[in-house]
Amino acid sequence: MTKRKLIGGNEATAEGAIAAGCRYFFGYPITPQNKIPEYMSEHLPLVGGTYVQAESEVAAINMLYGAAATGAWAMTSSSSPGISLMQEGLSYMIGSELPCVVVNMVRGGPGLGNIGPAQSDYWLATRGAGHGDGRCLTFAPYSVQELYDLTGEAFTIAQRYRNPVMILADAILANMKEPCRLHERRDHPTQQPQWAVGGARDGRPRNIINSLYVDLPEEEQVNLRIARRYAEAAQNEVRLAEYGADKPQILLCAYGIAARICQTAAQRATQAGVPTRLLRPISLFPFPAQTIRRWADCVEKILVVELSLGQFIEDVRLAVEGRCPVELMGRTGGMVMTPEEVTDRIVQMGQSD
Amino acid sequence: MSRATVPDSTDDTTAVYTYPDSLTEVPMRYCPGCTHGIAHRLVAEVIDELGIQERTVVIATVGCSVYAYEYFNTDAVQAAHGRGPAVATGIKRTQPDTLVFTYQGDGDLASIGLAEVMHAAARAENFTVIFINNAVFGMTQGQMAPTTLMGQKTTTTPRGRTLQQGGHPLNICELLATIPGVAYLARETMTAPKYVLRAKRSIKKAFQAQMDELGFSLVELVSTCPTWWRMKPLEAFKWLEDEMLSQYPLQVFVDKTEQND
Repeated sequence: MTKRKLIGGNEATAEGAIAAGCRYFFGYPITPQNKIPEYMSEHLPLVGGTYVQAESEVAAINMLYGAAATGAWAMTSSSSPGISLMQEGLSYMIGSELPCVVVNMVRGGPGLGNIGPAQSDYWLATRGAGHGDGRCLTFAPYSVQELYDLTGEAFTIAQRYRNPVMILADAILANMKEPCRLHERRDHPTQQPQWAVGGARDGRPRNIINSLYVDLPEEEQVNLRIARRYAEAAQNEVRLAEYGADKPQILLCAYGIAARICQTAAQRATQAGVPTRLLRPISLFPFPAQTIRRWADCVEKILVVELSLGQFIEDVRLAVEGRCPVELMGRTGGMVMTPEEVTDRIVQMGQSD
Repeated sequence: MSRATVPDSTDDTTAVYTYPDSLTEVPMRYCPGCTHGIAHRLVAEVIDELGIQERTVVIATVGCSVYAYEYFNTDAVQAAHGRGPAVATGIKRTQPDTLVFTYQGDGDLASIGLAEVMHAAARAENFTVIFINNAVFGMTQGQMAPTTLMGQKTTTTPRGRTLQQGGHPLNICELLATIPGVAYLARETMTAPKYVLRAKRSIKKAFQAQMDELGFSLVELVSTCPTWWRMKPLEAFKWLEDEMLSQYPLQVFVDKTEQND
């Protein structure tokens, strides 16, 4: 049974996790995601779960590491500077092959920056986490409903690939309210995975959660095993949405809140005589490279719109492999482009040939 | 290396000293004269005696004891440098029936991990810390630690620790003793049988505090590092007793298990 409710992005994220079976949350306050830990501290005890306010993001991610080692469905959330502090812990979790969910409500940076909306953690999310040869599977919702749905689904995906999953959103998505379909809260899984530590052993061999491999060939084999999971995720978990003209002159590429702006722009540009299609990656790693490559053969130009100064565009260019020109429209530091500005840019691109 | 076997029943000798079940047969990599081996054995004996091997998780940290997960015959998690108490918190909060202990050196606990251990104590997290204080970073080849004594020579205090350059040594137990969440807190050493027996009693009480859910427990073991103190093992034992114990006096600071008796 589902019900529709007007709900904020942060609350939808937290409720999505609880509804999916998440029962443990470890976090540290930072704007603009504070409503997530607040919601968790209120609701988790009501469903037999536990909320712990850590002394820092460094501690939070390592509490998550401990919880994940027992096979618990657990998560943390933070915003850009806090996510920077979590990089080491995420690297350990990738190396130890542990599932978890991490939400990043991105704010303006670098440094302390501001609490405005930004997408400038694209590299941090898709190229990290931390040191070593591993990455976070990364998903980018663009609505309150998708925050709810994807955060819930992230737990299943994390378990499937035994790897951290990052939900990458921003200050606008975190704070806006939209109607959202909520389903009933599912019970969390009580059966521990066979690799987990703690609990009743009942005679099973002891388990070790570890990312130290001093034997170099062994470390290489572990990294190759992790890479095979990423290849598998590239087969099964690529998600995208497409909107607008079937025979476009211009392809717009944008994710998250920037794609919301581009939906309007694509419509208006098409009405103004420049057929435009919007391609919105929902999974950022794995990246929908094949679909973008196919469109690159059919359009005159691609316009990448992002709230950063050329991070996401690198993945688009890698996908396009030089098939057509790829241009950037970026804002930074918490600033946002308007649909009119994007429309004008598309029309200008369409007329320049 | 094979484990000492208990003689069969036809033999009239009786085994009075056997290998603890809670240690594996993996040969330890520790240097001659280092007290890590004694500390490991004492913890393993306590786990055996309390009958908790099947539900214990050791948190191996970063330093010479990084391989603790190979030596303790229990479930194990290897934690990032200093983060053992945070990892232990995550385990204990999700599996409260599990007995959890971190095994941390002075670099790991008193330097990079000071925040984690203090806040775990403040939250009265119900796990046990075995804290090895040998006044030096051993694994990285003998640099100054927060616990290095004034005047002590290390590879980064080649002329001896001075106030100007390295500040004062940090007494962890004295800091923790001010925190109400602490249920058991003691400083022990292992340089003589009388000290070894005391140390084992404290370790057992720390685990008992955890089993009784009284809160955070920690046993500091003042330890040797002959290699980076550049001493022979016996000289190291003597230096520990003569120099370290005046900075780090042996003491039971907190014992809430007694209120429980």
